[in-house]
Parts: sequence; C-alpha cells; structure tokens
Amino acid sequence: MAKKEYAFYPGCSSQSKASASNYLTSVNAMCDKLDVTITEIPDWNCCGASIGYAEGGELPRLALSARNFALAETHLPGKEMVATCAACWLAQREVKERLDHSEVLLKETNEALAAAGLQYQGTTPVRHMVEVLIEDLGYDALKQPVVKPLEGIKFAGYVGCQTNRPFGIAGESFENPVYLDKLVETVGGEAVPYDQKVTCCGGALAFSEPEKSQKQIRDIVESAYDHGAEMIVTPCPLCQANVEIYQSEINKKQGTKFSMPVLYYSQLMTVAYGGSAKEAGLDGQLIKATKLEEIAKK
Amino acid sequence: MTTANQTAIAKYKNSFLKEVEANVEEGHWVRMCMQCGVCAGSCPLGNAWAHPPQELFMMIRAGKREEVLASDSMWMCTSCYNCIVRCPRKLPITHIMHGLANYAHRLGIAPKGQPTRETATLFWNNLIKKGRVNELTFSLALYFKDGFVQGIKNALNMQAVGLGLVKARRLNPMEILGGHGVKDQAGFKAMIEKARQIEDRKKGFAK
Repeated sequence: MAKKEYAFYPGCSSQSKASASNYLTSVNAMCDKLDVTITEIPDWNCCGASIGYAEGGELPRLALSARNFALAETHLPGKEMVATCAACWLAQREVKERLDHSEVLLKETNEALAAAGLQYQGTTPVRHMVEVLIEDLGYDALKQPVVKPLEGIKFAGYVGCQTNRPFGIAGESFENPVYLDKLVETVGGEAVPYDQKVTCCGGALAFSEPEKSQKQIRDIVESAYDHGAEMIVTPCPLCQANVEIYQSEINKKQGTKFSMPVLYYSQLMTVAYGGSAKEAGLDGQLIKATKLEEIAKK
Repeated sequence: MTTANQTAIAKYKNSFLKEVEANVEEGHWVRMCMQCGVCAGSCPLGNAWAHPPQELFMMIRAGKREEVLASDSMWMCTSCYNCIVRCPRKLPITHIMHGLANYAHRLGIAPKGQPTRETATLFWNNLIKKGRVNELTFSLALYFKDGFVQGIKNALNMQAVGLGLVKARRLNPMEILGGHGVKDQAGFKAMIEKARQIEDRKKGFAK
C-alpha cells in the first residue's frame, strides 16, 4: 500500500491533557499501524467551534479557519488537511466553501490574514479522518492489520451531528449513515441496530442548557442499552465527552444506573490492530471499557 | 450618544427584512422560506423555541424587529444541522440562526443573562486570548459567571467529574498558568482585530 501523508489539524480538545487527548493518542497509534503519516500543521489555531458565532461574528470566524489553511499551504504544500474533530472539520469545510464562492469574503478574509503575514489560496481540501480511512484506504485495507478481532463486543455506533450534517460522508444518508457500523464490523465487533445514531447530544449547550442537553444524552445512552449494546462508539470528541461525562450527573439526578463506556473508532481500531490499552488511550476513559482492555491485554 | 441599535432603526426604517439581508450572516436567504415548518419539527430542542425558525423568518418579513432580536429562540440552536439538511429549499438555517443571535448580541438587545449567550461570549474571549481554547479557564469562567458563591457551588457539584477528568489526563490543573496557545500571538491578534474591524464597518458597528 502506498504511504499516505496528510497535514494534520488536531484541534484544541486533542491537545495534551485536554478533554480528547485520548482520541489523539489512539489516532497516532492507528495511523502508525496503517502506515499513514500525519504531520501537525505548525501553529494551527482554534476553529471557533459551534458557539464561536455569538461574539465572533462572521469574518473573524472565517479568518480563524483561513489561517489554518494558509499555514498548511505554506508549510505543508500539496498535502490535504485532515481533521479528527467533527467541529474542526466542519468549520474548515464551511469556511472553504464560503471563501471559494464569494470574492468579497475572500478579499476581506485575506485582508485580515495579511495582518498576520499570511494568505489563503484555496488549494487545500480538508478531510475528516473517517474519510481518509474509508475513502483513501478502504474497508479491505482497514481489515488487513486486524490481529485481535473485537469478537463478542456489541457496539452502538453513535455518529452524532457534525460528521454527518450538513456535509456528511459521501454516499451516506443523513438519517441512517452506516459507515461507523461497517468500521465496527471491519475490526470484528458487532454493530447493534441503534435508533439514536444521529441524535444531537446538545453540543456546546451541554454547558449552558444542562437539563435540555442531558435529556438528549439520556435518550442516546438509554437506546444503546435497549438495543443490547455494551459500548458506544463515536467519531466526535464533543459527542464522546458529553455522552460519557454526563452519565454520572444523570444518574445522580434521575436515579438511572448508566455506566456505558463511550469510545472513539480509533480506539477500537488500535486495539484490534494489536495496540496496548495505553496506545489506544483506554486509560483516558471515565467509564472503563473493561472488555476492550481485556482484549488489548491478550 | 447614538447606539448601533438606534442607527440601524433609523437607517432601515420599516424594512427589517432589508436590515437582516444586509447585516445578518446568510440573511439574504430569509425570503426563500416557504413556511413548511420541517425545521421546527427537526430541531432536537424544538419545544424550547418560543418561535421556531420558520416563524422567525415570517416575523422578519412582517417587520417584527424587536420581537425577533430580543427573542431567546435562536439561542436554542445546538448546531446539529438537522434543519439545513431537511429544508426543502436548502436554506442554511443553522447559520441564519447563528447570524441572528450574533446580530442581536452585537446590537446589545439580545436577552440579558441568556445562558448560551454568556457561554458563547466566554468561549470566544477564551479562544482569542491565546488562539486556542483553554478548557480549564473556560470551565472555571463558566462556573463563576454568576458570582463567587454560585461558582463554588457549581465547582463542588462537578467536583467528581473534574477530578475524574484530571485523573484520566483529560483536564490539566496547570492550565491555570496559561496553557496552550499559538506561537505567533502578535500576528494572530492583529488578524482577529483586522477581521473585526472590517466586519464592524460593514455591519454598522464601527464606532
């Protein structure tokens, strides 16, 4: 297989000791096993995430993502950008779409970038890591390195919102995307039918509207239990954090007994490819994924 | 002193639609809404909206400026993008909601103390300080936004979660000392400043 190389945009939550640091750990291990090279874009900045709009407005937000593109174009020319965070990927794609379709916004954004000595050229496409896996490598190639199939573990594939809408993964439906289930099956796990796979976890409103968000999260976890899942798997760092972290809050307030591990696809793949629990970032789970740890130890 | 809000009222007189088209992100799409209501039925927080998106669109066309901009409806948007993908006319509804919220916020007439408005402002200020989000100082700022006593209560309430995250190496108490940031601080700040300047000039917020 030809070696693949990308300009990597990890995003704030994936930094060392940030809320999705275990995502990054497992992505590094996974890419290593798949012979995919990801080179961090030097000096990348925050994308503004989904609530940057209120104070940030339009142009400052465009400038944020445009700066990341400009840095990639300057330091890693010719390489496609890959993001692991749903919000990072979405912001970069949105901004690229707007700048490529509006001469006015392009001119104004470049005027702002010039203040930092940079220029957006629009030559760099942005991909989500999932796209790299299923489109550039393909399910067959993803199956080859499997040495420890995740036999006997039932997963609820929770796709969430921002890797699914408004762009989504090519060829997948917005209402019932199947790529995550296929990834689970590719590494030997069982993907259970799951009716909350594209339900919103509340996103950033988990902070500002905790009751409304926790109602969403309760549905997401409850449905996983109802369908016999033992773990939830997701491609989104905010989905992961919200759905895992708030289970204890919901238990406290509503008397439920939720204890459903929430994993990243990259953690499943790292374990299936023979990586250790540490390489898969399993030590970063608040709710331990015991069955996965056992497979990693074998 | 004339506020940005008074200036906008004088400038657009009775055409709130024109004002939205000129000043709200993606606002030029508002007249395309055909009032089917699929957006309202697709929103995960649908029943929390006093006025769902299609109603806001009709209110804009009917010139109900105050009712729209002072509403807390658009602050209920979770950015799930369900409305966008289901809209038969392909309106970028999520972005229009963000744009309306931002416009009301900048005019100073968005509801005071609206939790998402406050959270979003803290988030933006946190990220532009160093170019990357500092999750620790952001969480602390959120806990303490309603005063010291409430802050201690909030922090104690979430203590187990916080300690769990620290133990899992997903929250770093040392971030209080500064944490992650971009290296080119000067360039980053100059860029944001310039972008803000251009936007303010365009949208009537320039002082």
